Parts: sequence; structure tokens; C-alpha cells
Amino acid sequence: MADKDADLKRIKRLIKIMEENGLVEVEIQHGDDKIALKRAQPQMVVGHPFAGIAAPGQESAGVASAPKGDDASARTDQAASAGADEDLAEIKSPIVGTLYATPSPDSENYVEVGLRVEPQTVVCIIEAMKVMNEIKAEISGTIREILVSNGQAVEYGQVLFRVKAD
Amino acid sequence: MLSRILIANRGEIALRIIRACHELGIEAVAVYSQADKDAPYLQFADEAICIGPPDCAESYLNIPRIISAAEVADVEAIHPGYGFLAENSHFAEVCRDCGIGFIGPSVEAMALLGDKVAARKLAEKVSVPVVPGSDGAIEDESEALKLANKMGYPVIIKAAAGGGGRGMRVVHNDISFRSAFSSARAEADAAFGNSSVYLEKFIVEPRHVEVQVMADNEGNALHFYERDCSIQRRHQKMIEESPCSAIDKHAREELCESALRIIKEAKYSNAATVEFLVDKDKNYYFIEANARIQVEHPVTEMVTGHDLIKWQLKIAGGETIDISQRSIKLTGAAIECRINAEDPQKSFAPCPGTITRYIPPGGPGVRVDTHVCQGWTVSPNYDSMIAKLIVHQQTRAEAITTMRRALREFIIEPIKTTIPACLEILSHNLFVKNKVDTGFVERNL
Repeated sequence: MADKDADLKRIKRLIKIMEENGLVEVEIQHGDDKIALKRAQPQMVVGHPFAGIAAPGQESAGVASAPKGDDASARTDQAASAGADEDLAEIKSPIVGTLYATPSPDSENYVEVGLRVEPQTVVCIIEAMKVMNEIKAEISGTIREILVSNGQAVEYGQVLFRVKAD
Repeated sequence: MLSRILIANRGEIALRIIRACHELGIEAVAVYSQADKDAPYLQFADEAICIGPPDCAESYLNIPRIISAAEVADVEAIHPGYGFLAENSHFAEVCRDCGIGFIGPSVEAMALLGDKVAARKLAEKVSVPVVPGSDGAIEDESEALKLANKMGYPVIIKAAAGGGGRGMRVVHNDISFRSAFSSARAEADAAFGNSSVYLEKFIVEPRHVEVQVMADNEGNALHFYERDCSIQRRHQKMIEESPCSAIDKHAREELCESALRIIKEAKYSNAATVEFLVDKDKNYYFIEANARIQVEHPVTEMVTGHDLIKWQLKIAGGETIDISQRSIKLTGAAIECRINAEDPQKSFAPCPGTITRYIPPGGPGVRVDTHVCQGWTVSPNYDSMIAKLIVHQQTRAEAITTMRRALREFIIEPIKTTIPACLEILSHNLFVKNKVDTGFVERNL
């Protein structure tokens, strides 16, 4: 019982430290003992229109102008069929720009759901300031969700694909 | 008129620009770093684009990312705000090369005013007094002594390669000049590996008085009178006011006219601030010009009734100045206190953290410009200014009373702020009597 009291005290102290310093997540490990605490984010006024992260089954918001590319049909219906799966790794945009899903207008898409990728596999192109940047998977696994469509504007940190890692 | 712009900045100035845009019917696109993703003002932007991680170099200072965002958002122009890329002529050039308007001066005008030596020469060309000094480094001690006598004591010997207050010697007379000159050279050599020194007249107890100007693309320029920014700590302004009650009408006219001559000679357009030092004998000297809108612009807005950000947007949209100088009047007195997340008890060390209780002041004559709200976490990644508190009343004395009241009402907890330091200054006898200079804070706080 004394142990539990000490634990509770420690947890309360940790929570206080987290609150005072605006921390959201803390994990402390001492040998076999481990404490992990996660706070809800401070409540803000209604969220801004363009969250960087799209929830699964939802078309990615990104910058909400109509897609500029040829292929206007989103491929996010594939995302809709996947459920929310917390074990999926995310491939996020490292830059701001316009995403292209194919190497050239007539080619096949770089990736489809179910495709196996390696770290060096090019998953898409993001054009920024007239430079075509090849975006690599940087992970080994299988594409499970595609959250963006050809010609879509994407922002930094936006989730493009979800991958079931090996 | 512009129809859609991107704001390459954050915090209170981003919100300020969004507000001006919306009143003019201009769409405002905001950019943000991941540290600012929950900023409340983002919801007021017509679009918000994440451009990078918290680090400035990867976000607000990252030209490719900002230009990319401007392109995908299809904006006509970029407002750089203040700080960050606002006075970066390379950024202005990239905008120009990419066919994106820059809400500010031309690349050339910005580069010219940004070069202190060139700006000084330009001022001299249009008969604006500058701080007297040697024309570059001075090697010969007897030459230096002659110049010191010509300018009049006190003088300051400064290391040409110097900074941080090192390699500087203030000299009051001929007797101490020789040893001061050689020791300044020795210190410069030791500290910077370069013994070159130059000479400047040392302005005793100066006031920092700056003039707000606005020019269009057709060479028309207006001034919006001056601001007194003498309350500074380590060259950071703490409190600003308008008008400067230590100068008379004639001096005001001269200062403002001088500022306009400089701006016109530089073929400048959009907003600028021309800074002067005014000594205790009311002599004034041009020191530099800032090619951007400044933090303390609200002070001028309150006493003139003009919206300076709207002027910037209109001019960038190609409009010309259609009002006369005579129509701009100074009414009453305004004071601004910068509220920073700093601990005055710990040498103003920055105090990042989450604000759990935030209640801003209000009432007649009170304006608060801020991006902060209850629950906001002040990030260590950016500067510590969290709000600007501005008051405007019919007289300076009444403005001081209102400012004291407003400061006392302003609740920001639990982080430390400069509110108590501002209150101390506002209650100080010398401030009330307006017997201050740029050394006031360091001497009295």
C-alpha cells in the first residue's frame, strides 16, 4: 500500500510538472519500472481549417483549392476502406508544394495500396518552386492508405501515405 | 487593390495583417510552423499552410518553403511583417523573380537603406545631419586627435571590426585621448584580430526619436510624425510613445522633413521608419532607416487615426497617396508597452511556458495587439513578445494614468512577464516628467 501511495505522489508531481511546462507526453523508465503519461492538448478555440493530419477514411484537407492535376478523382476511397489502425507508419510531406502521383502524365501511379516499398522507393513527386522533388518511402513495408490525390497541394508534415511497416 | 496575399510571419503581426486584409476585402493566407499549429489567429486566415518544424530556419526563415506556399496558395503578394525576412533583400529578390509581389520597398531601395554606410552617405547628400565621425578607419593618432577637436568632445573610439560594446572608449578631453586611442587599438586587436578603429561624436544622453514614413510607387511620400522610443534595455525597445514631447513644433517639422528627403532620395516605396538620436541640446542626427513596418506602429496609428498596414496593402496594390500631408494631424498622446514573457528579476531571461490565465485590459483608450489567449503556450523558439498594450488619451499625463490602470488589469499567469517592469517605469518620476534618454532603463531599473 505504501508503494502505491508513493507512486500516486510521484504521478501527481509529474502531472504538475507537465502542466507547468506545457508538456503533452512524458515517459520515464527506471530499470523495470516505467511510467507513461499523456495529457489532452490544452483546449483552444475551434481548430483552424487546414489540419496537417487527415484522419483515416477522410479525404486529406491540405490546401483546399481544387486539385490542379489531370487526375481529379481522389484515390482516397481506398483510404476509406481501411479502418483506423494505430500500427500504421506515416509518410509525411517534408516540404510545401504540389503533389504528383505519377512520374509523368501518362504513367502509372508510383504506388498503389498493397504495394511493397523499401526505404529508397519513390512514392510520389512534390513540386516546389519548379523543382520536382522525389519523395522516398524511407521505410520498409506495405502501402495501406493513400491520403492524397494527383495535383493536390500539400503542406509540411501532411500525411501522404500510411504504411504497414515490416 | 490586391485580392489575395500570403503573410510570411507569425504571432501578433500576422493577426494584425489578417485584420487589415479583411477590412480591405483581401484574402489572407497564413503560414505556420508546427509550434504554432494551434495558434487561434490561424482560424481567421482564409487559408493556413504548415511550412515546417518549429525551428525558424526550417519555417519562418525558410525562403523556398515560403515561396512554395505562396505558389500553391496562388497569392499575388507576400507581406513579410517585421523581423524574419522583412529586411532580407535576397528574399525580396526571390519574390520578384518568381513573379510574386513584395509588400515593401524594391530590392534596391531595401538594400540601400540596409547598408548603414550607404544610408549615412545618402543622408549627408540630402543635408540631413548624421552622427559626426571619421570617414572609415583612422590610423594616425594625431589625425584622430585633430578630428576629435573638430567634432568636439566627448568622442567615442570604436573598433571597426567590433561589436558587443568591446573595443570602445569614450574620451572627454585631449589629455586622455592618447592613452585611450592606443588602448582601444590594443583591445580591438586582442578581441577581433584587427586594430582598426574609427571615431564618432559621442552623443550624451540621447533620445531615440524615429519618424514614420510612407511612400508610393510614384515618388510621393508622407510622414506620420514621430515616435519617442528612448525607453530601451540593451537596444531593445520597451516603451514607445507619440508625440515626442521633448521636441518643439519646429524641431518636429525639421525631423519629419529630413526623413522624407532621405526616403525620396532612396526612391523608396511603402512603409519605413527613419531613426534619429536627439541630444540634450536638441541637435538631431540620422542613425539609420528601417525598411519595414515596425513593432510600434500602433502608437502612430492611435495619434494620427491612420491604419498603416492598410496603407502598405494599398500601395503594394498600386494605389498612390491621395491625401495631403496637411490632412494628417497629431491628436492626443499614445503610449505602447511591449509585454514580453521575460523575468525582470532574472535579467529579463525569457520565460516560455503555458499561460493558464489570460485576462487583457479594456476600457476607453485601450488597445491590445496580441496573438495570445488563455491556454497558449509561449514557445522558446521565437521572440518573447506576447502582447502590445497601447493607450491613447488627450494628454500624455492621462495616457500614463490609463496605461498604469491597464497594466494593473492585465492578468497573465503563471509565467513571468515585463508588466511589473513597465509599471515601475510608468510610475518613475523621471518618466512622468519626461526626463529620459536611452540610458534611463539601465540606470534606474
